[in-house]
Amino acid sequence: MPDSFHLDAVPIRLERCGKTFAGGARALEPLDLTIRGGETVVFLGPSGCGKTTTLRIIAGLESPDPGGRVLFGEEDVTALPIERRNVGMVFQSYALFPNMTVAENVAYGLKVRKLPRADRARRVEEMLDLMHLGEFAGRRIDQLSGGQRQRVALARALVVRPRVLLLDEPLTALDAKLRDSLRLEIDRLLRSLGITAVYVTHDQGEAMALGDRIVVMAKGRVAQVGTPREIYYQPADGFVADFIGTMNRLGGTVRGGTLSIGTASLPWSGADGAVELLVRPEDLALAGEADGHLGGTVAAAVFLGDRTRLLVEPADGPALTVDTLGRSGLERGDRVWLRVDPARMLAVP
Amino acid sequence: MRDLSHRRGWGFWLQLGFTLLVCALLTVPMAMSMLAGLTANYFVGLKSGLTLHWVEEVWRVYSGTILLSLQIAVACLASTLLLGVPAAYALARRPGRVARLVEELLMMPVAIPGLATALALIVTYGGVGDLRSSWLFILIGHVLFTLPFMVRAVLAVMGAIDLTTLEEGAASLGAGFLRRFATVVLPNCRSGILAGSLMVLTLSVGEFNLTWLLHTPLTKTLPVGLADSYASLRIEIGSAYTLVFFLMIVPSLILMQGLAKRGRPSV
Repeated sequence: MPDSFHLDAVPIRLERCGKTFAGGARALEPLDLTIRGGETVVFLGPSGCGKTTTLRIIAGLESPDPGGRVLFGEEDVTALPIERRNVGMVFQSYALFPNMTVAENVAYGLKVRKLPRADRARRVEEMLDLMHLGEFAGRRIDQLSGGQRQRVALARALVVRPRVLLLDEPLTALDAKLRDSLRLEIDRLLRSLGITAVYVTHDQGEAMALGDRIVVMAKGRVAQVGTPREIYYQPADGFVADFIGTMNRLGGTVRGGTLSIGTASLPWSGADGAVELLVRPEDLALAGEADGHLGGTVAAAVFLGDRTRLLVEPADGPALTVDTLGRSGLERGDRVWLRVDPARMLAVP
Repeated sequence: MRDLSHRRGWGFWLQLGFTLLVCALLTVPMAMSMLAGLTANYFVGLKSGLTLHWVEEVWRVYSGTILLSLQIAVACLASTLLLGVPAAYALARRPGRVARLVEELLMMPVAIPGLATALALIVTYGGVGDLRSSWLFILIGHVLFTLPFMVRAVLAVMGAIDLTTLEEGAASLGAGFLRRFATVVLPNCRSGILAGSLMVLTLSVGEFNLTWLLHTPLTKTLPVGLADSYASLRIEIGSAYTLVFFLMIVPSLILMQGLAKRGRPSV
């Protein structure tokens, strides 16, 4: 990859950025966030959580409510419209120009910047090669597949060497297989360019794979900001826990430093009373009757190749999802015992 | 092809017959009329022989109306392009209740009888300077009548493409409003603009209701002249006039269709 493609890493700072739409609907509660230069931050949440609004405020497509500020590095860009912010943006629906060829689409931003024709042609060619689009340069947009279109959109956004790259659900319109391969390509690209990137998605798999940090949002608020590991293993609340991956909920009682759960009593530090515990499927282990903590019946066993996902119904309480590696051979109706590890359980208030 | 013809039962032939009958119903009078324009003496019939005499006569008497009609049609097209395309754009970008109301109001001149519109124009602007005797007065009427068709045609295309996102894409690449409009909005609405233009040209050239009230003896358009000739001259002249009208309008229709087709991306 040519050195010229290594882009400046500009930090982004949002200060008290809220958004109230005409009519009074609050799309975003005032938000403070700093995105470090070169970092990839993923905004994750269900639809209507405010993640796209936040991205559009960063882009300059929406302005924050009075009092909010957007800074690129030291520059306050709050008052600048998108066309003067020098951002690269990739849209869910590609937003490629149907009246232009692939090369013309990629050249558009350079033409706007009045680059001489020769420089323009060279940079477009470099970019198309980088995105493996060289052979498509003369094609019309409607002659491309969805994956190719999104690669053109990426090329078009990056060729102008933007200060930050903004991606609004770029993979949502693609089918599963393409999504995986393009996700890897985007990941490789973001790492090698070193550009500050903001990525919006509702797919937790994408968020985990791409994000240096993930901002989980719900109902216009930030539920948690953290690395994928933090979000997965130390969810801030029940919402985050349920939204990221699969989470089991167990009821227990704490009395004098002991947690009673099923037939087991485990050491536990925490206030006395009833608690709800969160456990990941892979942290519930199959055990024998002697060393098991919870008994139950297998209600369903789904063979997934590398692992088998069991649905176990305990004597009381909701069914538990358990992942077992290896060749268990368990079937519906089998009686099993499960062990829990206090260190891998999380109590939620 | 045996099984194909097998499938063509009586239903097929009935449909074909009906379709041809409807076509004939529409085209035979036109053909008859044009033929009458080439007949030496209509009351004697075709055996009197064919002649171009009547066409020459039409050109001698009515060439002024034909040229004026063309002039008004082109001016009308220019006006509706300048007014209609931005109007359609504004309506497309503002999906509110007010925009829908304006859209409906724009359709009013189509729903109201042309005579009523013309009368309203005369009452309101008839006394303004020399406007009443100018061809511009007819132009105003034509623009009023054809503008909705231009707006509708362009709006339909703008609604079918995701204009907002396309513009946001262009803006993210640094393009200001005028550049976006010229390089992204207009080229991608080309098919709608061409369809609208086709509509406006043909409607303007053939418009009679409004024009009949708005014209003066010095500002006669083709259809007004046609009514004139039918009412006061030999039927052969009126018919020859129809022929001239067809010769004028059909090539321009074909030309515009060709342009519209070329505008579509090849797949």
